[in-house]
Amino acid sequence: MNNAAYFPGCSLKAEAGDYERSAAAVMEVLGQPLEELERWTCCGTVYSLTDDDLMHQLASVRNLIRAQECGADEIVTLCSMCFNTLKRSKVFIEQDSARLETVNAFMDEEQDYEGGVEVFHLLEILRDQVGFESIEGKVTRPLSGLRVAPYYGCTLLRPREIGIDEPDTPTILQDFIRALWATPVEFAFQAECCGTYQIVDSPEMVLEKSHRILNSAMRAGADVLVTSCPLCMHNLRLCYEELRSSLPEKRELSIIYLTQLAAIAFEVETGELPTSMAKLVEGLPTSMELVP
Amino acid sequence: MNTSSENTIRIYVMGSAYEVPRGLTIMSAMEHAGWRFTRGAGCRSGFCGACSTVYRQEGDYRLRFVLACQTEAEDGMYLVQLPFTPAPRVSYTLAELNPDENVLLQHYPEIARCVSCNTCTKACPQDIEVMDYIQAALRGDIAQTASLSFDCIQCGLCSMRCPADIKHYHMAQMARRIYGRYMSPVTAHLEERIAEIEKGVYEEEVEALVKMTRSELEEIYAARVVE
Repeated sequence: MNNAAYFPGCSLKAEAGDYERSAAAVMEVLGQPLEELERWTCCGTVYSLTDDDLMHQLASVRNLIRAQECGADEIVTLCSMCFNTLKRSKVFIEQDSARLETVNAFMDEEQDYEGGVEVFHLLEILRDQVGFESIEGKVTRPLSGLRVAPYYGCTLLRPREIGIDEPDTPTILQDFIRALWATPVEFAFQAECCGTYQIVDSPEMVLEKSHRILNSAMRAGADVLVTSCPLCMHNLRLCYEELRSSLPEKRELSIIYLTQLAAIAFEVETGELPTSMAKLVEGLPTSMELVP
Repeated sequence: MNTSSENTIRIYVMGSAYEVPRGLTIMSAMEHAGWRFTRGAGCRSGFCGACSTVYRQEGDYRLRFVLACQTEAEDGMYLVQLPFTPAPRVSYTLAELNPDENVLLQHYPEIARCVSCNTCTKACPQDIEVMDYIQAALRGDIAQTASLSFDCIQCGLCSMRCPADIKHYHMAQMARRIYGRYMSPVTAHLEERIAEIEKGVYEEEVEALVKMTRSELEEIYAARVVE
């Protein structure tokens, strides 16, 4: 990794400790440990679509300044939503010098943001800087036979200008899954929105959307679904709990973070897995059986 | 315009000009000018947070925020006092709280409105990183919220300035209380001392002190062992 600062975001600290722990362990194995950005603040959560609403860009720009202060030239996020907000904000503010000037003048207690701090999602780092071949090289317990659905959601891919892959035909997660020797299971709703923060006001709508995603993944034959977003995780797990009672016995879907999947393949302990996932791991060949 | 002489400065209180001696605190300068504080003055030592003051320096566009009892009056200050902050405070029973990472957000949901503008920090006369502790609260870090807000004197200036209407200081007080009740380490010697007090070990000594005359008390005070 170049000189990168890791931006956790609030959800990672409050609700998705398993995501952070597994990502930290995996990056350690890959020889590029995550270094947390100092004094980071909330990313801003929802990117403001109003053209002249500079106030709602402050949170993101302040984080870019924090990166600049510590000499980092990139910010790496795990949460897809933080990635989306930070990157869109960066593009928006760097597009127009008048915007940047106003924001810098307002934040007169900070050094000026000079532009140029890059924002990446961890998956991009894995693909472009670590390389999927290197990841494959670190696998000690191949996930052979494990059928994994790549769930992108929307914030990793859209809008196109900031997306980490083709919005309609993404392959990055499938490639990642293959690098761990698992089988990617493509499904129709892999880049559909889970309903996001509408869970607060319209839980029924969110459950309906999430239901469609889970059904689609299960019909395609997935045992596991991986995500990169704590909010998707929240909605999908909530929906899965509702769905579970109507599933035939032994038909389960484990919903985990993509870095938990890698941690299993690297055989690093990162804390508890969902019961169904732990069962699947037991059924995997052990590292000893790998030796030719 | 330089209005000062060798020994006096000119300050403006509620728009009226007053010549006052140089070297006084804002509070003393105002009293010298004939103002009497019926609200907005308390300990006069920088601890109670009652004397929140907003001022602007002649020729500057910025508003500045200080405590009247702790800040020297300067020539060309336009002053206004803010003796009360009408901020709502949530009621809760500390012993019945579930001190998880969402407890602050549940009681003070408006902290989620923070856009990181940092106006609160600029308004703090105690130089506390106010926005940073709001951000810590948002991600459920109670210990960090308590630690960063430790020097807060509850003056309320942060909340009066916040464009998101956050009630920083009440939320932070809640964080410190939760930290004290659920998270700070228990000290063994304190537990032992409480047990001794409950057993009545010190009652005789206290009774003897109560019966002493002032001069006897002064004598033993002067002779006390200072660690």
